[in-house]
Amino acid sequence: MFGYALLLIIAMSLIAYFVGRSAGSRFATNSQEKIHSLPSYHGAFVAVWVGIPALILLLLWVGLQGTAIDQLLLSSLPEQMTEGASASQLNLYLQEIHNVTTGRVFGEPSPEIKAAAERLIRWEAIARWAMLVVILALTIVVLMITRAQLSPRFRARNNVERIVSGLMIFCATLAILTTLGIIGSLLFEAWAFFQMVPVSEFLFGLNWEPQIPIREDQVAAAGAFGAIPVFTGTLLIAFIAMLVATPIGLLTAIYLVEYASDRVRSTVKPIMEILAGVPTVVYGFFAVLIVAPAVRDFGSVLGLAVSPNSALAAGGVMGIMIIPFISSLSDDALNAVPRAMRDGSLAMGSTRSETMLNVLLPAALPGIMGGILLALSRAIGETMIVVMAAGLIANLTFNPVDSVTTVTVQIVTLLIGDTSFDSPKTLAAFALGLVLFIITLCLNVLAIRIVQKYREKYD
Amino acid sequence: MSTTAPTSTDSFWHSEAAIARRKKRHGADRRLQIFGITAITIAIGLLGILIVSLVSTGYQAFVQTEIALPVNVSSEEVSRDDPSKGDYRDLIRQALHAEFPDVGDSEFRQLEQMLTRNAQFIVRDRVVSNPSLVGQTTTFHIPMADPIDQLNKGVISAETPEDRRRVSNVQVELFDQMEQRGLVSTPFNWGLFFNADSRFPELAGLAGAIVGSFYALLVCFLISFPVGIAAAVYLEEFAPKNRLTDIIEVNINNLAAVPSVVFGLLGLAVFLNFFGLPRSAPLVGGMVLSLMTLPTMIIVTRASLKAVPPSIREGALGMGASKHQVITQHVLPLALPGILTGTILGLAQALGETAPLLLIGMNAFITSPPGGIMEPATALPTQIFIWADSPERGFVARTSAAILVLLGFLITMNMIAIFLRSRLERRW
Repeated sequence: MFGYALLLIIAMSLIAYFVGRSAGSRFATNSQEKIHSLPSYHGAFVAVWVGIPALILLLLWVGLQGTAIDQLLLSSLPEQMTEGASASQLNLYLQEIHNVTTGRVFGEPSPEIKAAAERLIRWEAIARWAMLVVILALTIVVLMITRAQLSPRFRARNNVERIVSGLMIFCATLAILTTLGIIGSLLFEAWAFFQMVPVSEFLFGLNWEPQIPIREDQVAAAGAFGAIPVFTGTLLIAFIAMLVATPIGLLTAIYLVEYASDRVRSTVKPIMEILAGVPTVVYGFFAVLIVAPAVRDFGSVLGLAVSPNSALAAGGVMGIMIIPFISSLSDDALNAVPRAMRDGSLAMGSTRSETMLNVLLPAALPGIMGGILLALSRAIGETMIVVMAAGLIANLTFNPVDSVTTVTVQIVTLLIGDTSFDSPKTLAAFALGLVLFIITLCLNVLAIRIVQKYREKYD
Repeated sequence: MSTTAPTSTDSFWHSEAAIARRKKRHGADRRLQIFGITAITIAIGLLGILIVSLVSTGYQAFVQTEIALPVNVSSEEVSRDDPSKGDYRDLIRQALHAEFPDVGDSEFRQLEQMLTRNAQFIVRDRVVSNPSLVGQTTTFHIPMADPIDQLNKGVISAETPEDRRRVSNVQVELFDQMEQRGLVSTPFNWGLFFNADSRFPELAGLAGAIVGSFYALLVCFLISFPVGIAAAVYLEEFAPKNRLTDIIEVNINNLAAVPSVVFGLLGLAVFLNFFGLPRSAPLVGGMVLSLMTLPTMIIVTRASLKAVPPSIREGALGMGASKHQVITQHVLPLALPGILTGTILGLAQALGETAPLLLIGMNAFITSPPGGIMEPATALPTQIFIWADSPERGFVARTSAAILVLLGFLITMNMIAIFLRSRLERRW
């Protein structure tokens, strides 16, 4: 029905456009006065006014229809059923009614439910047709009103342009809305979590066992939400990743900037871009299939007991993923150093390595630091590699051959499958998400600051 | 007269100490160069290992071992009017008995297990789509079960002791027999592209995931392309320099660096929990992906708008065009190639994104391609994740093959972007 309504709106807007345009061109030929706007602007003016309000109405209708009908259904149920019933009980009734209408019946539903299901089917049919009729009526009324406004001196172009500007501003603020949405949803759910688990326990507790007791009197599985082992695991893996990526990335950038011929540069750079473009789920599979067994075999040669999902394998592969990130940002930073500094150093007789290490690197250091911080925030927020290659159990350890878990792994494992928004297990994921968001945001802001300051210095 | 002091610069530069110093300095220079080459070699080598390991594990999934089995679809078992009913399992059994008459009852079960467990449904679907097969003996090409497939491809070796492989000696013998009689073939595995997901590796395919990814990307494109252009045009051409636009700009830069899993949390809390949209639907996946690609889209579009020289704007303004007319009729058409290139690259990035899709449930087990954007679906990267988690040996090759397919799509999209850039972009 949504599709038909959309088609109807598009058709009505098209009709409105042609009505407006033909009116406009009639002004142009018949009128004695000079007309203000081109005929197509008259058309666009009518079309926009017909289309946009109808579209908003459609979205509101689709969004609210479900809840409105549910409310009506509840109030139509016999009073002895709804009186004193809790919200979850009422929800159960609704669920049952909806199930009956789709034919998924378990056991014989009560006659009240059956009657309600019939009402539901009837009302939904009515609502569908009502939506079409209301939209049609709205578009026709608006079409007539706006058509009546058209005249030779009518400023159709300015009107249309004002509306277009408004739409553009709305689109630009969507970025802010997204951020607000992220912050709002994370804060809201995390707040609910902190009602159940105190903030201090979450931030400083040493035990992470996110279970929920199935029965009230269950002793063993009460669950513990101390996130310190999760944080240390994240840091350990990110640290290993940076340990792999920073030297390789930085040396790659140094070679490309100072030593490489144009031909080498034009082959190595696209390869680095490929490395950057490989989806992370591919790296995750690579870690599980190749790197983890290899690390394990190597460990057993040395006589080390390496866990099958060691931090070393996950961190190492994450490092590979980050190499192109560091190399391209360092490359930019090194290239941004003014040429005169480099030429001056070479002219004084320094070798290329002396120029690089004593002149270019110190000058580019803030930019490189910014790049490394950005890469670190990327490593902390990276999900798929660790979900596939790191462990699920939170160990408080800094041993790289042990299995550790990370913030992102916990978020994904807590939320995969059916989620109900009232258990601490689900909400814990949002608390972790909030911490992750705050940390990566701080790192990003800091890095962008550093990079920008440094750029201004040489501009 | 001192003999130690250099008499001329020439001999100073040629003194032993100077030569040693120079050697040391040049040695340091060479060392740095070698370090650089080593680093690049390591990076490229790692990429090489990645690709080689994927290809070497994945290429086998592009062919599938099949057996040619003549099945007599007798009209006693299957009615001509309603071919969907009938004991197809029994038909297969009869066919196997007819083909291998000397297999005893005790070994027959093992013979039966050499075929995929869905063999009866494959035959049924063929007969339903072509009822004239009823009453005839037709040769059906039926995929063989995963262990036999692995045996044929050499992953499982007949040399290993019986208790350490998943194929029994009886099955190995039977398989040799089949091969000698020319029943076994390994054609190209079209099922990989045209089947939906399945619990059995020999039947699992990517059709559902490809369709799901297509729908999600379509939604993502329909949202992020117009919204991205509108936002970028506003910020680049219209926005006054004030606090609000500054905040928007900082915001967009920060959003581009927010971890993708956080967008998944947003989708879960807002789209699923608050708006009550269906779980696992490509619509929700596309909406989350569009929020993720929007910052990239805006940044790319602004760069292309910036590249259009101001003389174009001034010329149009001078001819009496309004500011909106200048932009829609002159600036945007000129910036479009750059915008399109950026859009394709943004979509390629969205295609590989996994984590947010996991959180909104696009990793469900779904055995038919989705019919629309509201139906539950998987996407290519989430399908890879599901298969990588599956214990059956056959899914290792399938996962690598799925990754190769995904990389193929990504490379194609990047090629199109590069082509567009080189063909359409104008340098001023």
